Amino acid sequence: MAKIELSFYPGCSSQKGATSSNYLVSAQTMCEELDIQLNEIPDWNCCGASIGYGGGGELPRLALSARNIALSEEHNSGQEIVATCAACWLSTREAKERLHEDEQMFKDANAALSEAGLKYKGEANVRHMVEVLVEDIGFDTIKSKVKKPLEGLKIAGYVGCQTNRPFGIAGESFENPQYLDKIVESVGAESIPGYEKKVQCCGGALAFSEPEKSQEMIKGIIEAAYDNGADMIVTPCPLCQANVEIYQDNINEAYGTKFNMPVVYYSTLMSVAFGRSAKEAALDGQVIPAKQLQEIADK
Amino acid sequence: MSDLNTAMIEKYRSSFLKEVEANVEEGEWVKMCMQCGVCSGSCPLGKHWDHPPQEIFMMIRANKRDEVLSTDSMWMCTSCYNCISRCPRGLPITHIMHGLAVYSKRLGLTQKQQPTAQFSQIFWDNLMKKGRVNELKLGLSIYFKDGFGQGVKNAMANQKLGQNMMKAKRMNAMEFFSGHSVKDLSGFQKMVKKAQEIEAGNIKDFK
Amino acid sequence: MADEKKFAGYVCTGCGLGERLDAGQLETTATRDGKMQSCKQHEMLCSAEGVQMIKDDIANDGVTHVMIAACSRRAKVEAFNLTDVALTRANLREGVIWVRPDTDENRETTQEMADDYIRMACAELKSMSKPAASAEQSLNKNILVVGGGITGMTAAIEAAAAGYPVHLVEKNGALGGALGGYYKVIPTRSPYDAPAENPVPGMVEAIEASDNITVHLNSTIAKTDGAPGRFSVEVATESGSGETLSIGAIVQASGWKLFDAGKLPEFAYGKTPDVVTNHELEALAVAANGGPIKRPSDGKEVKSVCFIQNAGQCSDKEGHLSYFSGVTDLVSIKQAMYFKELNGECDTTILFDNLRTPGAGGEDFYRAGQQAMVTFSKGIASEVVPGDSLTVKFEDKILNEETEMACDLVVLATGMEPNSGPDPYAQLMVDEAEDEEEKAKAKAALENAPPSILNLQYRQGTDLPHLKNGFTDSHFICFPYETRRTGIYSAGPVRRPMDAQQARDDATGAALKAIQAAENAGLGRAAHPRSGDLSFPSFRKEGCTQCKRCTVECPFGAINEDEEGYPMYNESRCRRCGTCMGACPVRVISFENYSVETVNQQIKNCEIPEEWDEKPRILVLACENDAYPALDQAAQAGVEINPWARVIPVRCLGSVSLSWVTDALNNGYDGIVMMGCRRDDDYQCHFVRGSAMAAERMSKVGDTLDTLNLEPERVILHEVAITDVERAPQLINDMAETVEKIGLSPFKF
Ligand code: SF4
Ligand code: SF4
Ligand code: SF4
Ligand code: SF4
Ligand code: SF4
Ligand code: SF4
Repeated sequence: MAKIELSFYPGCSSQKGATSSNYLVSAQTMCEELDIQLNEIPDWNCCGASIGYGGGGELPRLALSARNIALSEEHNSGQEIVATCAACWLSTREAKERLHEDEQMFKDANAALSEAGLKYKGEANVRHMVEVLVEDIGFDTIKSKVKKPLEGLKIAGYVGCQTNRPFGIAGESFENPQYLDKIVESVGAESIPGYEKKVQCCGGALAFSEPEKSQEMIKGIIEAAYDNGADMIVTPCPLCQANVEIYQDNINEAYGTKFNMPVVYYSTLMSVAFGRSAKEAALDGQVIPAKQLQEIADK
Repeated sequence: MSDLNTAMIEKYRSSFLKEVEANVEEGEWVKMCMQCGVCSGSCPLGKHWDHPPQEIFMMIRANKRDEVLSTDSMWMCTSCYNCISRCPRGLPITHIMHGLAVYSKRLGLTQKQQPTAQFSQIFWDNLMKKGRVNELKLGLSIYFKDGFGQGVKNAMANQKLGQNMMKAKRMNAMEFFSGHSVKDLSGFQKMVKKAQEIEAGNIKDFK
Repeated sequence: MADEKKFAGYVCTGCGLGERLDAGQLETTATRDGKMQSCKQHEMLCSAEGVQMIKDDIANDGVTHVMIAACSRRAKVEAFNLTDVALTRANLREGVIWVRPDTDENRETTQEMADDYIRMACAELKSMSKPAASAEQSLNKNILVVGGGITGMTAAIEAAAAGYPVHLVEKNGALGGALGGYYKVIPTRSPYDAPAENPVPGMVEAIEASDNITVHLNSTIAKTDGAPGRFSVEVATESGSGETLSIGAIVQASGWKLFDAGKLPEFAYGKTPDVVTNHELEALAVAANGGPIKRPSDGKEVKSVCFIQNAGQCSDKEGHLSYFSGVTDLVSIKQAMYFKELNGECDTTILFDNLRTPGAGGEDFYRAGQQAMVTFSKGIASEVVPGDSLTVKFEDKILNEETEMACDLVVLATGMEPNSGPDPYAQLMVDEAEDEEEKAKAKAALENAPPSILNLQYRQGTDLPHLKNGFTDSHFICFPYETRRTGIYSAGPVRRPMDAQQARDDATGAALKAIQAAENAGLGRAAHPRSGDLSFPSFRKEGCTQCKRCTVECPFGAINEDEEGYPMYNESRCRRCGTCMGACPVRVISFENYSVETVNQQIKNCEIPEEWDEKPRILVLACENDAYPALDQAAQAGVEINPWARVIPVRCLGSVSLSWVTDALNNGYDGIVMMGCRRDDDYQCHFVRGSAMAAERMSKVGDTLDTLNLEPERVILHEVAITDVERAPQLINDMAETVEKIGLSPFKF
C-alpha cells in the first residue's frame, strides 16, 4: 500500500500536556502502522472550537480556520487537511463551505488574512481521521493489521455529535452511524450496534459552563453502556472522551452511581490491537484506567 | 391608541425579521422555517430553553425583538447539530442560535451572569493571547470568573479532577507560565482585529 | 357458431405439476368425471408449442370448449388468450401445489384437490358458451363535454386533438368558468416560484380555432337518453331553441360552487367590504391593472393584508364544510405573492393551522412565498373586528397566546363545493335511513337537491350518483375517472376539490376515458374492470316476475324498464359485474360464460367425501378482483391453505346468488367463506356497490341455516383487500378450525 501523506491539524487539545494529548500519541502510533504520514500544519492556530463563536462572532471565527487552511495550502500544498478532533474538523470544514458559498465572506476573510500576509484559496479538502480510515484504509486492511485481537471485550461505540453531524461520514446515517462499531469489530472486540446513546450530546463545551445540565446527559451515556454490558466506551472525539471520562466522580457523587467506565479512543484500541505497547497506545493517559486493554498490551 | 395597542399592532410586522436577516449569522434563513418543531424536539438541553428554536423563529416573525434578544435560551445550544441534521427545511439552526446569541451580546442585552456567555468570552480572550488555547489558564479563569472567593471554592471542588488529569499528563501546571503559542502572533492578532472591524462595520442600525 | 360442441381438456405437467400430481389420474378425471371428449398432457402448456397444440385442435378437430388445467387464470393470460372458444382454467399450481406441503402424507389430499378442481372446471365448461358481442352497437365518435371551464375546455381540446368531434356545452355566455376571471394561477412548471399566467384566454382561442369543437353557449342539457355509443342528447339554449345531438360518450365538467361566506359572520364578511374571499380577491387583483391592489371600502392602497386559512372549511361547525378543499393554501400563497408583486412593502400574513401544499411544486411554491417574505403564522383566527383598520384576533399556536393584528384587508380562504346534479339515490337514502336523525338529514338533502345537469332518462335517476358532500362517486383507488354511469366521466372539481392543473390532468384522463368508452361501445366490449369482456347479461322473460330488483341494484344504472315493466338491458352501460344476476330471486339472469348454473355446477361436481372419511369440504367464493389475486400471491409466497378448501372465483360478491349457498349446504359442504372487497364509504369494491349488496343479501342467510338446523358459524363473509396476502389464506384456515370444532355437516350423502 502506498504511503498516505496528510496535512495534519492537531488542534489545541491534542497538544502536549493538554486534555487529549493521549489522542495524539495513539493516533500517531496508529498512523505508523497504517503507513500514514502526518505533516503538521506549521504555526497552526486554534479553530475557535464550538464555543468560540460567543466571543468571536462570525468573520473572526471563520478567519481562524481560513488561516489554518491558507497555511496548509502554502506549506503542505496538494495534501488533504486531516484533523483528529471533531471540533477542529467541523470548524475548518464549515469555514471552507461558508467561504465557498458566500462571496463577500470570502473577500472579507482574505482581507483579514492579508494582514498576516496570507492568502486563502479554499482548495484543500478537509477531512476527519475517521474518514481516512473508513474510506481510504478500509476495515479489511485494519483487520489484516491486527496482531492481538481484542477478544472478549465488549465496547460501546460512542460517536457523539460533531464527528457525526452536520457532515458525518459519507454513507452513514445521522441517527445510527455504524462505522465505529465496524472498527470495534475489525480489531476483534464485540460491538453494540444498538447502543442507544451512540449520538447523544455530552454537553460539549457547556460541560464547563453548565456542569449539572451536561452531567445529567453524560450520566445517560455511561448508564446505557453499562446496561448493554460494555466493558468500555470508545469514541472519536476529544471533548466526548474528556467529558464522559473525567466527570464520573462528580456524577457518582451527585447521583449515587458507581460508574468506573474507561473511555478510550479508537486509535488506542487500534494501537493495542496492532501489537503496540501500552505507552505507545497512550494507555497511561487514562484517568480511568482501561485495565483489560493494558493486559492485552502487556501480553 | 393605547401603548398596548400600538405594541400589538407592531406585532406581526416583519421589521425585526429584517433586522435579523441583516445582522445575525445565517439570519436570512429564519423566514424559511415551516414551524414543524422538529428542532425543538431534537435539542438535547431543550427542556432548559425558555424558548426552543422553533419558538424563537416564530417570535422573530411576530416581531418580539426584546424578548428574543434578552432570553438566554440560545446560550443553551451545545452545538450538537442535531437540529440541523433533522430540519426538513435545512435551516442552519445551530448557527442562527449562535448568531442570535452574539447579536444579543453585541447589543448588551445578554445577562452578565449567563455562564456560557461568560465562558465563551473567556475562551476567546484566552485564545487571542497566544493563538492557541491554554487549557490550564482557561480552567482557572473559569473558576475565578465570579471573584476570588468563589474561585477558590470552585477550584477546591474540582481539585480531584485536576489531580487526576495531571496524573494522566493531560494537564500541565507548567503551562501556567509558558504554554503553547503561534509563532506569528502579531500577524495572527492583526488578522483577527481586521476581521472584527469588518464585521462591526457590517452591522446595520435598526433602532 | 357451429352447433356441435366439442370439449377438450389439457393438463400441464410443467412448473412442478408433473412431479407433485399424478397427471394420468388427472386426465382420467377430466375424461371420465368431467366428460371431456379428449384430454392431452403437455410439459409446458404455455410454451408456443403447447399453445399451438390447443390451437391446432381448435382448427382441425373443431374443439369449441377448452379446459386448461395448469396455473391460475390470472397467469399466462396472454398465452391462453383463445378468443374463439369457451375457456375455463383449473388452477392446479397456485390453487393446489403451491399451497400444500410437498410431503408423502399430504400427497393424497393434494391429488384430491387437483382432481376436484378439474371436475369443477369441466362442469363449469359444460354450461358455458362462447361470448360474443350482441352487435347492437355502432361506433359513434362524438364526445359531449358539459361545462366550459378549465376542465371542460381541456377535455374538449384533448378529445379534439385525438380526432374526436366534440360538442362543448356551457350554460354561461362565455367560456372560461371560474378561473377565467383570475389574475394569475398557481405555477405548474419548475421552478414553481411565482404565480403563472392564466391559461384560459389561450385555451379559448384554441377552441374557437378548432374545427373539431362545436361550442354551445348559454346552453344546458335538457335530456340525455340512450347509452354509450348511442346517447341522444337534447341541448336547450336560453332563447328556447333546441338541438338533438347523437353522442358516443360524455364528460361532465360542471365545476364548483363558491362556499357562501355569509355563513361566517365572525369574520365580518358582509359587514365590511374589506373582508373578501379568495375568489373575490382575484377581481381586485385584476382591477388593480398592474398597480397596487386597493381595498374596496375607500380605494386605499393595501399596506397590510391577512389571509385566514380554512375559513368555514375543515370544520365541524354547523353550515361549514367538513372537508378541506385541497388547494386553498396554495391559492393563498399565490395571492400573497400578488401583494408582494403589486403592493411593494405590504405586510402579508397567512394565518394557518395546517398548511397543505400538494402537488409536484407545492412545497417549492411555499418556500418561494417564504423567500418573498410572506409571513406564515401558525394561528387560528377567531374574529375580525371591522373598523378603519381591521383587527384580526387569533390564537398563536406556537407561542400559545391569544393575540391580534391590524390590517387593511382580510382574505378568507373558503372552500369549494361541487356543482353536481341531484343524487339519484337521495330518495333511497331517505327510505333506508337507520334513525330519525339520518332520515331528517336525507330528507333535507332531497329537498335542497340542485337542478339536474344531465337529465338522464335512466330508471335510476337523472344524474351521476354522489359519494360524499355532493362530489360524484368514482372508484377512488383504482379508476378515479369512472363514474357509476358507464360512458359518462366526471372530471375536475365536481369529482373532488382541485386546482387548475389538477383539473387539466383530470380532464385529459376523462377525455381519454370517454374516447375509450365510445370505442368499446362500438365493439360491444366492457369498460373497466372487465375491460374487453364481450359477455353481457340477458334474462329469460318467461321466468321474470318483474320484481325490479335487478334495476334497483345495478350499481351502474344499466337497466331500464320497458312499457310492460320488464327489465331492459343497455349492455353498453353494463360493466358485467353480475350484481343483477345475484339479485334476481328467480335466477333468470345469466351471461354466456357466467351464470347461476356455471357456479352451481362447480359446487355440485366437487366430490364430497362420506362423513366417516373425516374430510370436510369448505367452499370459498372469492372476488376475482382482490381476494382471488390475494390468494394467488399467498400461493406465490408459499403460504399454506387448508386441503379441504375449494375456491371458486366470482366476478363480484354482488353476483353471488343465495341459491349457491343453500345448494352448497344441502350438498354437504361443511363451511362457506365468501371474500369480497371493502364496502363502506371508503369502499374498494370494483363495482362500487356489489360487495355491499352481497352483504345485505347474505344477512338473510341465517334463515336458511336455521331451516337446515345448521350452526351460523358455517357461513361467513369477509372483506378482503388485494394486500391481504397472509390474511386471506388465514380466513380459510380459520373456517377449517371452526368446522373441526363444531363437527362435520350432517348433509353428506
Ligand atoms: S426543524 Fe426547521 S422547519 Fe422545523 S421548526 Fe425547526 S427550524 Fe423550523
Ligand atoms: S445544535 Fe444547539 S440548538 Fe441545535 S439541537 Fe443542538 S443544542 Fe439544540
Ligand atoms: S406457467 Fe402455467 S401453463 Fe406454463 S408451465 Fe407453468 S403451470 Fe404450465
Ligand atoms: S411523512 Fe408525509 S404525511 Fe407524514 S408529515 Fe411528512 S409529509 Fe406529512
Ligand atoms: S352485470 Fe352489473 S352492470 Fe351489468 S346490468 Fe347487471 S348489475 Fe348492472
Ligand atoms: S330481478 Fe329477475 S325477476 Fe326481478 S325484474 Fe330482474 S330479471 Fe325480473
